[in-house]
Amino acid sequence: MNRMILSELVEDLPPVLRTGIRWELQDDGSLTIDVGEEALPGIVDHIQKKYHSWLISEHALDLRPKGGEFQLIVLLGLPKVTVPVIIRANVDIYASSFHSLTPSVPAANWFEREISDTFGLTPNGHPDQRPLVLYDDWPYGTYPLRKDFDPSRPVPRVPSEYPFRKVEGEGVFEIPVGPVHAGVIEPGHFRFSVAGEPIINLEIRMGYTHRGVEKLSESLPYHRGVPLAERISGDNGFTHALAYCQAVESLAGCAVPDRALFIRTILSEMERLYCHMGDVGGIALDTAFGTGAQMAYILRERLMQLNDQVTGSRFLRSASCLGGVRCDIPVDSKKDIQRTLLQVKLDFDDFVTTIKNMPSFLDRVETTGVLTLENARSLNVVGPVGRGSGIDRDVRRDHPYAAYDQISFQVPVYREGDVWARTRVKIDEVYESIGIIEQALDKLPSGELCVPLGEAPEGRTGLSLTETHRGECMHWLMAGKGQPYRHKVRDASFLNWPAIELAVLGNIVPDFPLVNKSFNLSYAGNDL
Amino acid sequence: MSGSDSELEVLGGQMKDRIRNVLGRSLAIREVDAGSCNACEVEVNALTNPIYDIERFGLHIVASPRHADAILVTGPVTRNMERGLVQSYNAMAEPRMVIAMGVCAIGGGLFRECYACHKGVGEVVPVDVYIPGCPPRPQAIIQGIMVALDKWQQRK
Repeated sequence: MNRMILSELVEDLPPVLRTGIRWELQDDGSLTIDVGEEALPGIVDHIQKKYHSWLISEHALDLRPKGGEFQLIVLLGLPKVTVPVIIRANVDIYASSFHSLTPSVPAANWFEREISDTFGLTPNGHPDQRPLVLYDDWPYGTYPLRKDFDPSRPVPRVPSEYPFRKVEGEGVFEIPVGPVHAGVIEPGHFRFSVAGEPIINLEIRMGYTHRGVEKLSESLPYHRGVPLAERISGDNGFTHALAYCQAVESLAGCAVPDRALFIRTILSEMERLYCHMGDVGGIALDTAFGTGAQMAYILRERLMQLNDQVTGSRFLRSASCLGGVRCDIPVDSKKDIQRTLLQVKLDFDDFVTTIKNMPSFLDRVETTGVLTLENARSLNVVGPVGRGSGIDRDVRRDHPYAAYDQISFQVPVYREGDVWARTRVKIDEVYESIGIIEQALDKLPSGELCVPLGEAPEGRTGLSLTETHRGECMHWLMAGKGQPYRHKVRDASFLNWPAIELAVLGNIVPDFPLVNKSFNLSYAGNDL
Repeated sequence: MSGSDSELEVLGGQMKDRIRNVLGRSLAIREVDAGSCNACEVEVNALTNPIYDIERFGLHIVASPRHADAILVTGPVTRNMERGLVQSYNAMAEPRMVIAMGVCAIGGGLFRECYACHKGVGEVVPVDVYIPGCPPRPQAIIQGIMVALDKWQQRK
């Protein structure tokens, strides 16, 4: 199926786009196309229009130490195809610029600003050339992800001011919020332009938690990348670590034992459960329904204590390792999980019945913060946010990993795109997760937990996608000498943040926390 | 978890007594995320859930550093959050305290070699108490706050 669609895709390219390209179908069925940099926007636009593809990632590589140039990698997902289309284009060292995809692919916006910040490659034709992760006080000409950048040398600060978009007119005023917020949440800056109550523009500024994860990972041996991946975004640490492990395993061609695959599935779902519980509780809290919120928070705490009982960590930390898993699920843990989930399910039923029958709650969440399908598609919004706007995609079903191909589950999709639709997706997913864990526990095969990784040949590339509770998470690796030569991480939040700017338009400012909570995105995972 | 529930009662009771002795009122704390991965925030939020319900022991997490006796800082202090942290510290009225929570805040943790990070909170503002852990458990946060209160008492 993959091969048929993908070879047809190349043969279908109009002659003007086909000249000068080289393409190859890999062993795993994925398609690699090498194109000239100037042809890139045309080809991506063509595939997008004809095949309804979506942008998984656009990132750069510095191949100069290997005698090459800079390289752009564009990863596209296609409906009904389980592997991505990989498009590569070299960027001239001296020009240090490329043709921007953003005018035809809006989802590329932040990717290209990030490339501009960290590699110093200018996206020509990009409508917004402001910095994204490195701040305005970062000196010109210093690009941290280039290979000649020395991370141990301190980088001086150059005073300058970030130009926010200006909205002007009679009665228009600005509300700046953050980076230090009133609640215990991560740092980010929100600048609202309002006329009266309704929001007429929101500008989100991220980057406050930019730590330099990718550069650090490129200096760590593979096994030390696992604890780092767990700390990219704390509350979905397990799924990030899993994505990293899978990417390294694909570099080394390592076959993970069956028992480990099932345990990975179980732990992924245990993570989703406690996170979703916090999310739906947060929705209740932000509608000022404290009692309801606390019902969900009690369940969240119970699930975190279950994590602790099973793996020794409330956040499932150190449970993953390269080549398998580090912690087993023996019979008594299995019973603990089954017993706890049974009770959680009953109590969650109570919570759901309570909020579904509360008009004052529904009044706040229905028709609030609508993200239309059209906007969601053009920004390639992923995860529960996308599924709340009618995008029927889930990595667990469409690109199965771990043991998901041996388990049956539903992917809930709603079309309204409002806070309530996103909340219902999460509520339904809680039940699905419990079902997945029950099935996986029943089918849990015996056998080894972990096998040796083996060698990862230099220069090979590996891609891994997982579904965190926020949506599709990607880790892309190019192997170096015992450590990644290039490690690109893309959390679901990176795609979903720009969508908030559209979802809040026309809503009143007091509803912003509610809309933001219904997206519940990671700042640390976005900023890296 | 009945065993740990009663342990929590004991621990919380000790903190409540200390807070009353040292301050004669509730202790107000502002949390500042200076580049953490958000696991520390999850645990601080867990303190307010009905299982721990920290407010019953006299600990109040407030919305602004202006209302706070202490700031609880997480993360290695990223380059981009340095100004936010310093401003939050300066906004607190004296006497004030800084509690560094988690491995990153103590010495940078995994991120100490990163180009965009400091090596812990101590490089930016003076730290009074360190709470180890990655992330520290809710009980460990309560313990750390008690250490901070003892230090407050000594200062008086």
